[in-house]
Amino acid sequence: MPRSVRIKDHWGEQRLFIGRTLFAAIAAVVLLAVVGGRLFWLQVVRHDYFVDLSQGNRVRLEALPPDRGLIYDRNGTVIAENTPAFQLELTPEQVADVPGTLRRLADLGLIEADQVPALGRLIRAGRKFEAVPLRLSLSDTDIATFAVRQFEFPGVEIQTRLARWYPFGPAGAHALGYVAAISEEDLAQINADEYAGSSVIGKIGLESTYEQQLHGAAGFRQVLVNAQGRHVDRLGTVPVKLSTRPSRAGNDLFLGLDMRVQRVAEEALAGRRGAVIAIDPTNGDVIALASVPSFDPNKFTRGISNHEYVALRDDLDRPLFNRALRGTYPPGSTVKPLMALAGLEYGAIDPKATRFCHGYFMLPGSSRHYRDWKKEGHGTVDMRRAIAVSCDVYFYGLAELLGIERVHEAMTGLGFGKPTGIDITGERAGLMPSEEWKRQTYKQAWFPGDTVIIGIGQGYMLATPLQLAHAAAVVAGRGRSFRPRLVTGVRDATTRVVKTFAPVADPPVELKDPSNWDVIIEGMEMVTEAGGTAAAAARGASYKIAGKTGTAQVFGIGQNEKYNASTISERLRDHALFIAFAPADAPKLAVAVLVENGGHGSSAAAPIARRLFDAYLLGKYDAPPVAVPAVE
Amino acid sequence: MLYEDGEASTARRTLSASARLLRRLHLDGPLLAALAAVVGYGLFVLWSAGGENLAMWINQLERLALAVAALVLLAQVPPAWLRRLSPVLYGIGILLLIAVMVHGDVGKGAQRWLVIGPLRFQPSELMKLGVPMMCGWYLYDRPLPPSLRDVLVVLVIIAVPSFIIAKQPDLGTALLIASAGLLVVFLAGLSIIVLLAGLAALGAAVPVAWHFMHDYQRQRVLMFLDPSQDPLGAGYHSIQSQIAIGSGGVFGKGWMNGSQAQLEFLPERSTDFIFAVIGEELGLLGQMFLIGLYLAVIGRALYMASEAQDTYARLVCGSFALTFFVYVFVNTGMVSGILPVVGVPLPLVSYGGTAMVTLLASFGVLMSLNRHRKLVGS
Repeated sequence: MPRSVRIKDHWGEQRLFIGRTLFAAIAAVVLLAVVGGRLFWLQVVRHDYFVDLSQGNRVRLEALPPDRGLIYDRNGTVIAENTPAFQLELTPEQVADVPGTLRRLADLGLIEADQVPALGRLIRAGRKFEAVPLRLSLSDTDIATFAVRQFEFPGVEIQTRLARWYPFGPAGAHALGYVAAISEEDLAQINADEYAGSSVIGKIGLESTYEQQLHGAAGFRQVLVNAQGRHVDRLGTVPVKLSTRPSRAGNDLFLGLDMRVQRVAEEALAGRRGAVIAIDPTNGDVIALASVPSFDPNKFTRGISNHEYVALRDDLDRPLFNRALRGTYPPGSTVKPLMALAGLEYGAIDPKATRFCHGYFMLPGSSRHYRDWKKEGHGTVDMRRAIAVSCDVYFYGLAELLGIERVHEAMTGLGFGKPTGIDITGERAGLMPSEEWKRQTYKQAWFPGDTVIIGIGQGYMLATPLQLAHAAAVVAGRGRSFRPRLVTGVRDATTRVVKTFAPVADPPVELKDPSNWDVIIEGMEMVTEAGGTAAAAARGASYKIAGKTGTAQVFGIGQNEKYNASTISERLRDHALFIAFAPADAPKLAVAVLVENGGHGSSAAAPIARRLFDAYLLGKYDAPPVAVPAVE
Repeated sequence: MLYEDGEASTARRTLSASARLLRRLHLDGPLLAALAAVVGYGLFVLWSAGGENLAMWINQLERLALAVAALVLLAQVPPAWLRRLSPVLYGIGILLLIAVMVHGDVGKGAQRWLVIGPLRFQPSELMKLGVPMMCGWYLYDRPLPPSLRDVLVVLVIIAVPSFIIAKQPDLGTALLIASAGLLVVFLAGLSIIVLLAGLAALGAAVPVAWHFMHDYQRQRVLMFLDPSQDPLGAGYHSIQSQIAIGSGGVFGKGWMNGSQAQLEFLPERSTDFIFAVIGEELGLLGQMFLIGLYLAVIGRALYMASEAQDTYARLVCGSFALTFFVYVFVNTGMVSGILPVVGVPLPLVSYGGTAMVTLLASFGVLMSLNRHRKLVGS
């Protein structure tokens, strides 16, 4: 049959068509059976696997940040707590024009204009559905400003959350420290699980040292989320069972600090630069720890602005500097009773032996005059009287008798040149020099003249106010030494049980003859009696104060010059110091006061100690300051 | 007894009355019933898949009304008219496609829409009817199986619109249109040897096609081959869809309780991926039930095609029936992860598009070609 001649064969075509249709129908059934088989594989064979995947899709863990532990003073007054703060937040996915929104918020004064670029970066870095805090705490005025314009800012809201609050503001700030936003360095140190949802961490002071106790641990809550990660409260018609693990709140701290005494101390120092430490010599409890000027820690917890921080950091008076722990100063005449103690202990001098003071001291074979603060001299003085009138010449000679090595040994035993071990970080060791030290540091031999001036707490020796207070406490305890501590107890957040810590006793300072304590304590008592250098500050006190004034030179004066406070700049004036404890016969409080460039210890420092004693021993928290004439 | 007899005969009379109505309207009862079942089931599922969106649901109802009107209307057109109008329809379709190419609306990154006054439609939908009808028209009075020359002509008829649509780019529609045309060739009895040779040539053309594909199309093919490669990117659709189906199990999580669908993890849940919602909420049973309904539609349509009296009717009816099957297979295959993700809706169930209207229109043509037969014969 020739191919080109073909006619339509209707019957044949229909048969062909039916054949093809049948084939197609079978193919359709087979292919749909393949789909059915696939569905069976997914829904029956691999069912459990896909159930897990779908569960993981929709259930997310959300962190529940813990409540930070509270801090109480010794009277049960709350000095660090958590209060609701109003926070301005922006949810990126709800804001069409983020830069414009930030600019308009800055125009209203709700955020700082110079923070706009940084906030913009923060917003871009985060997840679209997670709110970004723009400002941590809003004032009532800010809230009102925003409230009337809220409609102009879709996606920007005011949220309430718990923020750290220090009700006493700057008072005690150097002991408490503060919390602030968790930094990248912090992140490397902490357990991310426990800090899930937390935005702040203790930075310095107690808040930092006791971070572990105060923070607690984050809890978790399962939440139902949709594909955008947003919370939904239901899925279809059936409620979903979700589990929750509550957070564990941080433990509360109880301090030995007495906020009333603390405030007296800071008030007494107001307008000056200085530090006050008060320690209970019977157990080492720190009753007051003041460094003035202070700062308001609330500024840090609620988001300090850059210019506020720079202002604090660059302030000439250094409010962020903890003078009590980190300031090192020549201790001046406050070391004299301790020098006397060393002289007695080493048998270098008899307490009754007298020395005639005619206003200056000279080393044998040297023409250099080591001058007494009193030009005409103190006349004949024994040890007690030398302490009472603060005779420099007596102690120049005593130091020469002892020699630097014995001075170094005795002073180190009393806690100089090493940290006291107080329970907050950042403490400095000060400096108790020795021949060895000078050789290593200056590659120079120790000269006898170096020892002479150590006798009156000048020269290379440097001490922190905390070390001075600690030494005063050791003398008050007649050698018993307790490690200074702020925290006396912790309350477990879960059990509510308060665990009180026993005082930490360090090895005591033991003398061959314990009656030597009496000699120097008598000398220190005479300081506050008529004729003593701190007589005026102690006048009218119903208890006996044992103390020692000190005036530490900042500015070297030439051999033949005369120190004249009025002619030199305020910042080159002498530092005023005073160490004391009271009541002298049964000491309850040991104090060290330092007033930078305050002039004389008798007039600038001793009256502050008097106010602390009046407050702590007599409950006089608002006694007016007494005017005291300056003597050394 | 008398009473019961009376009721029975009333029932019979009602039945025969509706049968008469169907016959007068040239409609096929069984096919209509199967289509109604699919559409009803689809509306039920859409209520959940659309997130209880009433506006969306009503929108779908409106489109359904339009589609039913198209079906009934086309069923009234005499088969001879349909045949003679086929080249006109095809010609208009080609012109509109060119018009879209020149200035059409861009929607979802592709140029598919043509706006004429208040009307906004995709000319490619028109070609879903136009291509198989044109092929049928061409082969109508030619001896079958077709000669090589006829096959080549038909291939050109198919290739021109398919190519334009693929360029829009709308690979899914191009695929459906090409297969509708090729099915005509297959039903016309193209020799199996030529068919196999053609398939081999197609296989050889894959690298060439790859060269001409858009990046997103290549991505889809790659992702089909290994969806876990990029779980949050291009593979996301496929993975989430399989999670939805697999987690549904035999009985499903319950209507409106599918977490994948309700929490929007499943993309395109009311359109291309609605079959996954069925799998998640109504389970394997719910999906097999729908596949059963589809098989009923396809079976009845193929049966009607085999009853057709002339070549044109047979080829067009058969092509429509099998194209419907291609829709079902490509969509369910893509949703269950055995085919790559191409934009093919689940017929008569997926929300939106003009697919509903086109599909029911094709069944209108099918009924016209089939149900006029007896009248012509008598």
